[in-house]
Amino acid sequence: MIQPLYGLHFPPIAELLEWPGILFDGSIIELNKVGLIYLWAMAAPLVLFVLAIRRSALVPKGVQTVAESSVDFVRENVVMQTIGPDGMRFMPFLMSLFFFIFFANITEVIPFIQFPANSRMAAPAVLAIIVWLVFNAVGIKSQGFFQYFKNTVIPPGVPGALLPLVAVIEFVSTFLVRPFSLAVRLFANMLAGHLLLVTFAVLTTALWTPGPLAAIVWAPFVVLIGLTGFEILVAFLQAFIFTILTAVYIGGALHPEH
Amino acid sequence: MIDLLAQADTAVDGLKAVGAGLGYGLAAIGPGVGIGLVVGNAITAMARQPESAGMVRTTMFLGIAFTEALALIGFVVFILLNFA
Repeated sequence: MIQPLYGLHFPPIAELLEWPGILFDGSIIELNKVGLIYLWAMAAPLVLFVLAIRRSALVPKGVQTVAESSVDFVRENVVMQTIGPDGMRFMPFLMSLFFFIFFANITEVIPFIQFPANSRMAAPAVLAIIVWLVFNAVGIKSQGFFQYFKNTVIPPGVPGALLPLVAVIEFVSTFLVRPFSLAVRLFANMLAGHLLLVTFAVLTTALWTPGPLAAIVWAPFVVLIGLTGFEILVAFLQAFIFTILTAVYIGGALHPEH
Repeated sequence: MIDLLAQADTAVDGLKAVGAGLGYGLAAIGPGVGIGLVVGNAITAMARQPESAGMVRTTMFLGIAFTEALALIGFVVFILLNFA
């Protein structure tokens, strides 16, 4: 590839996203950085909640406050707003999704790790497939297969002449586009954030030289710090959006429009 | 002859880069306007009825998520054209 900025070495994208194996190299359970981050994203919420419940008190403090306020957050902002009180049985599923995605994202800004595991397509795709299976299963279970299909594909109040067109659009958007956009949204947001941070880190190190450029060397560094704060927000927001969309899909399957 | 082929190769690479850049830029226009509309109207709603701010905020994030998907697909196309 042509380098537009001479003297600036921008690492090829494979170097940023592909990691060699670290543990159990060469065997079938080989783990690289991405795999280890997923293990951490699985273990960290577990540890958090076990710690919170072991020293549980009526008036929460320390770890318990964090755990309880996060449960409260998901209940008030995700479940109650989208499904309603009968959505409380999906609470464990939504909490697991939220925490897994958040802890896999937040490694993007943790020093020395600095890689969001969700910027590889694998986990977002698997999560989207799980969500697809869950909301379809909920719909089939609560309405019956044909009723669910009819309610999904044929929205109420559509004039007869438009019905074939609307039915095709609804079918494609519900069963094909939903899981795809769910996975791509998470993946592309994290990949974009990672590339943004890398770009400004590379610029910072490249411009860190004495000379006439010294007047502006701090500019990319300041932007980098600002973007790091922004990426913390994005890591949280993407976990929240993935969870709330899952809740919306489950709610739609549970309560069809009339 | 070989010179010509090499030139054609660079031209194709250049066109790919141009296409990728244009593709992402065009994909960002619509969602940019769309997210502006969503957030602007959400702020109007929150200012008019502060007591419904929680519900409006949730709906706003949903609207942003749906609108933003198009821009993100554009970004993925950009990555695929440039690096795949």
